[in-house]
Amino acid sequence: MARNLTVNGEMVTVDAADDTPLLWVLRDELNLTGTKFGCGIAACGACTVHIGGEAVRSCQVALADIWGEVVTIEGLAMAPPADQQPDTDTDGPLRTGTLHPVQDAWIRNQVAQCGYCQSGQIMQAVALLAEVPDPSDAEIDEWMAGNLCRCGTYSRIRDAIHEAAETLRRA
Amino acid sequence: MARAGQIARRTFLVGSVAIAGGAAFGVWKLTRPVENPLRPVEGVSLNPFLIIDASGVTLVVGRAEMGQGAQTTLAALLAEELDLAWEAVRLIHGPASAAYHNAALAEMGLPFADYAMTDMQHRLAGAAGTVSRVFGLQITGGSTSIRDGYDSLRLAGASAREALKSVAADRLGVPVADLRTEAGAVLAPDGRRLDYAALAEAAARRPAPQVEPRSPAEWRLLGRSLPRPDMQAKATGAAIYGVDIRLPGMKFATVRMSPRLGGTMRGFDPAPALAMPGVERVIDLRTGIAVVARNTWTAIRAAEAVTIDWGPAPYPETTEAIFARIAEAFDGRRNSRLRNDGDIEEALEGAESVLEVEYRLPFLAHATMEPMTATARFTGDALELWTPNQTPLVQARLAAEAVGLDPDQVTVHTPFLGGGFGRRLEADYSALAARVAREMPDVPVQVTWSREEDMTHDFYRPGVIARMRGVVSAGRATALEARIAAPSVTRQAVVRMTGLPAFGPDTGHVEGAFDQPYAIPNYRVEGYLADLDIPLGFWRSVGHSHNGFIHESFVDELAHAAGRDPMEFRLEAIRPESEIAANVLDQVARMSDWFGERPAGTGRGVAFVWSFGTPVAQVIEVVDEDGRIRIARAWIACDVGRALDPGIVQAQMESGLIFGLSAAVRGEITFADGEVQERNFDDYDALRISAVPRIETRILQVQARLGGVGEPGTPPAAPALANAIFDLTGQRLRTLPLARHVDFVS
Repeated sequence: MARNLTVNGEMVTVDAADDTPLLWVLRDELNLTGTKFGCGIAACGACTVHIGGEAVRSCQVALADIWGEVVTIEGLAMAPPADQQPDTDTDGPLRTGTLHPVQDAWIRNQVAQCGYCQSGQIMQAVALLAEVPDPSDAEIDEWMAGNLCRCGTYSRIRDAIHEAAETLRRA
Repeated sequence: MARAGQIARRTFLVGSVAIAGGAAFGVWKLTRPVENPLRPVEGVSLNPFLIIDASGVTLVVGRAEMGQGAQTTLAALLAEELDLAWEAVRLIHGPASAAYHNAALAEMGLPFADYAMTDMQHRLAGAAGTVSRVFGLQITGGSTSIRDGYDSLRLAGASAREALKSVAADRLGVPVADLRTEAGAVLAPDGRRLDYAALAEAAARRPAPQVEPRSPAEWRLLGRSLPRPDMQAKATGAAIYGVDIRLPGMKFATVRMSPRLGGTMRGFDPAPALAMPGVERVIDLRTGIAVVARNTWTAIRAAEAVTIDWGPAPYPETTEAIFARIAEAFDGRRNSRLRNDGDIEEALEGAESVLEVEYRLPFLAHATMEPMTATARFTGDALELWTPNQTPLVQARLAAEAVGLDPDQVTVHTPFLGGGFGRRLEADYSALAARVAREMPDVPVQVTWSREEDMTHDFYRPGVIARMRGVVSAGRATALEARIAAPSVTRQAVVRMTGLPAFGPDTGHVEGAFDQPYAIPNYRVEGYLADLDIPLGFWRSVGHSHNGFIHESFVDELAHAAGRDPMEFRLEAIRPESEIAANVLDQVARMSDWFGERPAGTGRGVAFVWSFGTPVAQVIEVVDEDGRIRIARAWIACDVGRALDPGIVQAQMESGLIFGLSAAVRGEITFADGEVQERNFDDYDALRISAVPRIETRILQVQARLGGVGEPGTPPAAPALANAIFDLTGQRLRTLPLARHVDFVS
């Protein structure tokens, strides 16, 4: 049946089976492909999004069970003023200053390699910093261990989280 | 017959080049006879590596971006000579074309030790590199992208720049020598400026000038850690991977192939799947089925619901029986003996005691984060493929073959790869997508595998058994014999990729063992190929991944048998063979304060492997945490000759180390009933952020040649870890994965 949900601040209507996981609603029904499919069993974290500000594995949340506003990697960047809409050409650089501080830290630290897991890593890191503004290395381990990266970008993920934490604390 | 004639003509070209010698220009001239495949809709293309239109310059590379950063450095090689502003660089993956053949691949698979290769051997390899063009080896692999592009892309950039300047000289009435280039424009001494866009059309009509590339002293971009052009897209979810292709009217599908790899399908009942809402079709693929549905999740669930009667596996059914088959290879004919120094028989017979041990390594999966996927549209006389891949021409050929077309009727688009590690050298997933698309002409269809399908239908790193014998005397190794048995990756993969059989000594099978810079007076390495029909593929660092573990663990055993410090023992054996390698070990010893005080409850291990042109030494420190082992710290020293982008080199060294550690700790593919038992990341896991060491990397630039970076970080990781565990616990672990023997902090 058709259901309404809020994704990245916009109300959308989805006509899909109630048990369709949010991951596939986003990817195949709404064409929001920034959220990635890695395992389908909540073992890799590539599909991490926020529901009501909480980081969740979207492969495990059925369409009928979505309890709040959904934010994906595409909705993480701060909305720019109307006269400064970013260039959406994916080949060209987006204007800086419109991204979330965690995304900025990811870029400054050149974290991504293949990049496939990074949407999930970033969404998880944003949730971490919302709860723990100045995380220790042990807290980063605890919060981020569910997000697998086969390229092994972990050192730079750690550096970027510490840097973003500092930026957010100063803001 | 036309095909044979073509090969003969090109072979003649190879011959004439070999006679002409391997000067830098030779590389460029060789690539010129290949037609430029770029036909820009707007603007012009001066060579296969750039398009210039009204909006500026687009750089075109023939190598995939799978995380290793190759596209960034390839773009920098071009941008350096073209004087482009780095922030303005636009970068795309080129089409499938022999114009992008990988000449550096020819250096792989030669029966020489890389560290000891002479200039003449390198030149011969360079000439043989044209063979890769004949066979259309547009390959991203073997840590070769930059070694292949280093000369050719700088020459292409310089040639285009000079062509643009010569047009500007005529228009401005100024001698070429007085013109300079900056930020995509030609500038005259009086300040007049002509954008490349205004000059490109005329420049493309002129013969390409032959120009020397700039000397490193003049570089603005190369040698620096540049911001990667793909970084912003990857931090915002905008980067397009294979699974992200969206086309008008596109359908979603998945496949379920025989879990007994290469086995048959006796029959199936699609009814349970067809009864599910959202399922459109179940397609008979003869050795499996495909399901087309409204979304990928529905397709995957429906594929699981189809009842299928599978035939038997064409190989032994259990891990135990498979390893028994591998062991049988020792009784068969020897495939190679690529090292044979001194007289090993005499040394072993005359020894007071011989250290004789066996090592065993499991099969491994690639487990890229992005499962196998490809999107295809079949229109009767053409096929369009969007496939994240490392081999565009192989994809075109095998997809064409699968649907009864010629390769030149196939267009290949290569989006970002969500990991490669060698898995996407294969074209099975593209061929399957093409077959599904043929069943629904004119409709684009995206075929995405479940993680379970991906894990159980890989081309695996083979299981390996090695039988080692060694002798020490007066604190040194006097004899080392390695006999290595495994099924051959090369034999399988070469046939799949080129359609031609491989023969002769299989270098990849024994690399990492026969080609290491140790001076051991009696030293023999032999390869034995097991007869096994399990699909095998190139797994990051290939033979070095297993032989590095075997060789460097055994060298450690010899050091301890000799009562020596393992670092000193290695340095003494390595220095006479290679000062470059010894320097790398010296550096890692200094970084890790190897000879300093060590806290109680810690263990240290060292390993050294020279692979893909780069010598790498690693030290790993483990700590006992209440009976569990923490991999606490790692130090890496590598000599890449010239670090064209130190940030990317460092990232690859860390990446390679972690990839090697993940496999060493947990990686294992097992078989029962002919089926792979590990199905997802819950039973085939890799190291998480909480389990990786703090890593320090030192990049040396001493050796004269350019080394690879994508793979050389992997081979020393497993032996350095096992050697560290021995140092801590006294337990020598000769069977992987290590988590079967000790508990790790996870």
